[in-house]
Amino acid sequence: MDNQITSLHLDVLKEIGNIGAAHAATSLSMLLNKKIDMHVPKVEMVSFNDMMELVGGPEKVVVGIYLRIEGDALGSMFFILPVEQANRFIRRLIQDEQFDFGKVPVAEIGMSAMQEMGNILSGSYLSAFSDFTGLKIYPTVPGLSVDMFGAIISTGLIEISHVSDHVIVINTSILEEGLEPSESVKGHFFLLPEPSSFSAIFNALGVS
Amino acid sequence: MFSTNKVVKVGIAQMDVAKAPETIRTSGLGSCVGVVLYDERKKIAGLIHIMLPDSKLGKVLPGNVAKFADTGIDAMIDTLSKQGVQKFSLKAKIAGGAQMFKFSSDQDSMRIGPRNVEAVKQALRKNGVRIVAEDTGGSSGRTIEFNPETAMLMVRTVNQGVSEI
Repeated sequence: MDNQITSLHLDVLKEIGNIGAAHAATSLSMLLNKKIDMHVPKVEMVSFNDMMELVGGPEKVVVGIYLRIEGDALGSMFFILPVEQANRFIRRLIQDEQFDFGKVPVAEIGMSAMQEMGNILSGSYLSAFSDFTGLKIYPTVPGLSVDMFGAIISTGLIEISHVSDHVIVINTSILEEGLEPSESVKGHFFLLPEPSSFSAIFNALGVS
Repeated sequence: MFSTNKVVKVGIAQMDVAKAPETIRTSGLGSCVGVVLYDERKKIAGLIHIMLPDSKLGKVLPGNVAKFADTGIDAMIDTLSKQGVQKFSLKAKIAGGAQMFKFSSDQDSMRIGPRNVEAVKQALRKNGVRIVAEDTGGSSGRTIEFNPETAMLMVRTVNQGVSEI
């Protein structure tokens, strides 16, 4: 399937990223009572090593939410935030200016808030995905990790690595209003559909 | 923290070889395992960044041998022997195999870290290569760098800083 992906297919996946992230950004905006801007999604087929470079290298420390998608389509979903941005979001949510993901041990209340935020945002993203495609999908409860980006994202590459050395990434970045769009303040939604599910997704949208 | 000599970088599911004074490094190991095979006297080391335990899990052939514990270790021993390193003089240091996320459902794919470590040990045992040091398991990502000159493996994590094994 890898080599039969055309630009039309990529456009369809882009639309999924668009709709999903738009819903998630709206949820986030409501949660934080703050305007959130969303970028036009990027959909690309990349090697595993290129994937590692997408947010500033495999060693970059990020706050990552991860869940698996099961049901009519299989895949992995990540919500990745730079530590500084995650700090801003969570401080605002729990109203504690001292909270810091970089300080170990990280306060439990902030971890729970982040977990819950991950729940809400991935829920809005994936229900939009499900409505758009008509596919029934069941997300697992999201897990949370504050660690190196490479260590986090490789979790989502394991299943795909059984069949391929490349991955199709639906990448949408979000940004708080009024900030310069640099990597240090951009959050990312990554949707990594498994190759075995491409035909289900494309068929559902009438693209063969 | 790191030496100023040339650093050979190894990506995910890749492998490479370094000779002193070079060092060899791989970054952001999660459930993957970094396997260093080295000859102390010849001051040469190979590093493999392994993703999966068993090449029979790969559904597409020919696969990338460095991705799997069994084929990766065999291929590295082969590569080193072409550079004049004999198998019996090899020792190993390994790191990685973490479980980055905790889930209530204990699916197989979630336990890939410990399975990778087990498969690496089995493949090394099969080849008669002794493991001199390891830093495996847990739930932290690791960056590792091996120095063939000193035969020391540096392991860095986000919370525990740097250690040498």
